Amino acid sequence: MILSYAIWTPIVFGLIILFYGSEKPTAGVRWLALIGAVLGFIATLPLLIHFDIANPGMQFVEKLSWIPRYDINYYLGIDGISVWFIVLTAFINIIVVIAAWEVIETKVSQYMASFMILSGLMIGVFCALDALLFYVFFEATLIPMYIIIGVWGGHNRIYAAFKFFLYTLLGSLLTLIAMLYLYNVTNTFDILAWQNARLDIVEQILLFAAFFMAFAVKVPMWPLHTWLPDVHVEAPTGGSIVLAAIMLKLGAYGFLRFSLPIAPDASQYLGPFVIFLSLVAVIYVGAVALVQKDMKKLVAYSSVAHMGFVTLGFFLFSPLGIEGGIVQMISHGFVAGAMFLSIGVLYDRMHTRQIADYGGVVHRMPAFTAFAVLMAMANCGLPATSGFVGEFMVILAAVDYDFLIGVLAATALILGAAYSLWMVKRVFFGTITNAHVEELKDLNAREYFLMAVLSICVIGMGVYPKPFTDIIHPAVINLLQHVAVSKL
Amino acid sequence: MQAFDLYAILPELVLLVATCLLLVASVFVPERVTSTPGVEQDIFHTPRGVGFVYFFTIILLVYLVFAFVGRMGDPALVAMNGLFQSDPFSNLLKACSCIAVLVSLIYSKQYLMDRALFRPDFIVLALLALLGQFVLISGANLLTLYLGLELMALPTYALVAMRHSNEKSVEAAIKYFILGALASGFLLYGMSMLYGVTGSLDLIEIFKVVADPRVNHLVMAFGLVFIVSGLAFKLGVVPFHMWVPDVYQGAPTAVTLMIAAAPKIAAFALLFRLLVNTLLPLLGDWQPMLILLAVLSLVVGNVTAIAQTNIKRMLAYSAIAQMGFVLLGMLSVFDDHAFSAAMFYAITYVLTTLGTFGLLMALSRKGYDCETLDGLKGLNKKHPWFAFIGLVMMFSLAGIPPTVGFAAKLGVLEALVDAEHTFLAVIAVMASLIGAFYYLRVVKVMYFDEPAHEITISGSGFAKGLLGINSVLVLAIGILPASLMSLCLDAMRRTLLGS
Repeated sequence: MILSYAIWTPIVFGLIILFYGSEKPTAGVRWLALIGAVLGFIATLPLLIHFDIANPGMQFVEKLSWIPRYDINYYLGIDGISVWFIVLTAFINIIVVIAAWEVIETKVSQYMASFMILSGLMIGVFCALDALLFYVFFEATLIPMYIIIGVWGGHNRIYAAFKFFLYTLLGSLLTLIAMLYLYNVTNTFDILAWQNARLDIVEQILLFAAFFMAFAVKVPMWPLHTWLPDVHVEAPTGGSIVLAAIMLKLGAYGFLRFSLPIAPDASQYLGPFVIFLSLVAVIYVGAVALVQKDMKKLVAYSSVAHMGFVTLGFFLFSPLGIEGGIVQMISHGFVAGAMFLSIGVLYDRMHTRQIADYGGVVHRMPAFTAFAVLMAMANCGLPATSGFVGEFMVILAAVDYDFLIGVLAATALILGAAYSLWMVKRVFFGTITNAHVEELKDLNAREYFLMAVLSICVIGMGVYPKPFTDIIHPAVINLLQHVAVSKL
Repeated sequence: MQAFDLYAILPELVLLVATCLLLVASVFVPERVTSTPGVEQDIFHTPRGVGFVYFFTIILLVYLVFAFVGRMGDPALVAMNGLFQSDPFSNLLKACSCIAVLVSLIYSKQYLMDRALFRPDFIVLALLALLGQFVLISGANLLTLYLGLELMALPTYALVAMRHSNEKSVEAAIKYFILGALASGFLLYGMSMLYGVTGSLDLIEIFKVVADPRVNHLVMAFGLVFIVSGLAFKLGVVPFHMWVPDVYQGAPTAVTLMIAAAPKIAAFALLFRLLVNTLLPLLGDWQPMLILLAVLSLVVGNVTAIAQTNIKRMLAYSAIAQMGFVLLGMLSVFDDHAFSAAMFYAITYVLTTLGTFGLLMALSRKGYDCETLDGLKGLNKKHPWFAFIGLVMMFSLAGIPPTVGFAAKLGVLEALVDAEHTFLAVIAVMASLIGAFYYLRVVKVMYFDEPAHEITISGSGFAKGLLGINSVLVLAIGILPASLMSLCLDAMRRTLLGS
């Protein structure tokens, strides 16, 4: 029942906030949201405490009949791959609620409710072992996100909201057909049963392509990434945090749950193609990030580049590569979340995201600069930050796979350092040229708390990643055993 | 006439007698509230006894719903010398169309009162159309089917024309009448060919003859073309869809709801009775026709809807596309799950339509019809709960989980993939993607835009509460569709096994 509590606690709180909070004083709504988010986080903790590392299979399994006509079940379970994402999602939800505390003033109850419901739905995606349940959670996340971008977003929010919704819908509708096809072959929507279904190579390639559409759009992989910068720029801070920290991971997670184990031969066959796309994302998009003038756009492109590392790791088919990819996903959750939070902190004060409008922030906001520089370092993969661990593992695996790919992947570290540090230089250091920067006030207690917590996570994970890799490892080995067996 | 004949047609008899009595009685009952100031009085139809008629109509319809729900477990009955059948299929659909008319009337009451259209004849015409739907749904003979169809259509023409001072309404009524009559002619012509080949009007007899390989296939296929064309007119699918947008837009919203909701169920029943009950052996002939109609409807409906700024017109094109999905549901493999997905789709589509038009009527007020996208602007700022209702309806029409529209589309797509029409399923989802755009635009207008006009919510507390229940149902059945699905499945299976 733990998984159900983790999913439904935030959703139920979200509904309560939605229906009873609209006309009430907003302080009550905020506290209610915070209580819900914290309870939701506490609900996920037993998953870590009682997690059996020795067991590579599914744990905390729940199974109830849902739609017997199609043998669809409310079937939940987690393994080492998904457990951290559930905790991360609940954790980020608390961050988002606190980050919005004084910032959001219109329709507070709807804002909080959207994020609470979104959080529950995303946890559902990571728990679902029934493909249709997965799909329902996966698609349902579009509704709150659409509202979040459209209601609390920037000037061009409507364009961004539509682009986000239609782009992601395009991919997932094809996935629905793929799922129905697999149902037709196997007579079940059980993902674990699908992983053992026999499929010929043409079927596998078509299925892989259909799944790829949904997950590659979500990740997003080059050249399907164009929606992400537009959406990030327009989304409110909370929306950007959730999008970068969790939502992109839904796509990468889908690769591990569906594409690799269900279509292993097609994955092997098309692996070099995906590796190529990932390298383009890492290098080309990294270079694109370098020339951005808008901070949010820069971090958005850097997200695409980092997610390129993740998909690169996955399609190397080695334990090190996949584990590195997963560690990178978790780390990116903290780092990207913190980066967008930092931009939010600046934006709330200055109402601009243009790099050119800043300069010399360190003179007025020393504490904030310390945190922000740390996050920029983590973003470019400095050792002893979480960003290093995953990238290093992936590069090691890449060198093992093909030296040239390893070299190309490693250039990303240079590019990452270049765009992160150059931005830091232009925003935080130098002399103050803008009069508004002169009036900046340093972090308040709320912002200080948020940045401190995220920094602890980033450094903690960078210094001692063993708890993460220990849990992930058996599940990845299990996954690779599935991938190694041909289904032809 | 035998005793079980009477049992089989009892609800229809009750409805017929009650409708006649109400029509007569309304003349003799004085209206307590004579006239609201400012409302123009119609000299021919002074609203007398409308409160009384409305009250008893509600009771009557509630009784009928319970009557049909109570009969759902009954086996199939053929009554009146094979003219009329009461099977699980018909009982379920009749219960649904009865609920649809009941809900439509409750939603419409305030809207009609504000426009001096809340009159006994309106309600009586609606009841007669409902009677036509019952007869149509239960038809076991080509003549009964035709009779039911006309009884359903004629009162509806009158309803559209009821706002006779409005040019658009009159134009819509004439268009609807002429094209409807033409479609009936098509259907009748096709039926006459069937009769010519088979020598019978009885559905079961025709089925038996059609299954015989010695019968002249060419004439039958020819007749089938006319029948399918007539059906396409009635369903409003491309290329026989021209009347739909004009009628939806031209009719008062309350009447649009009367056309958009319950008759879709009846049209589905007609489709089932003619193509499955009667002409199933010609499956190989009619399925390709349906594929063509369905694909055209999905594409034309969804693409044209994007260009609309009038919501009623947009919903008309949306209805065309949705009916395309129902047709796709008819392509399922003939096994013991056959056609239940299409039935589920039709029923849930009606549920969503009720809520959508109910919302439009709630947003209208005296002297103002909420018909354009502008009318919905900034709804969330003023009335978040009603904006939420609109959000649920739009996402359901777009087929986004966890609303009921997704469960319905899932069923149809599954049937398509099962029937090895995977490519059609891909076309269908791509069309839905296009469709998602204009549904999203409605949500955008409600949530993201600033209010452009004054927004008021009209209607009784009862109607508002019902609208709320309606939207909660769209969500609840979307999250837990199993019971309604198995209801459809069970009704369909027992009916197909019975015949």
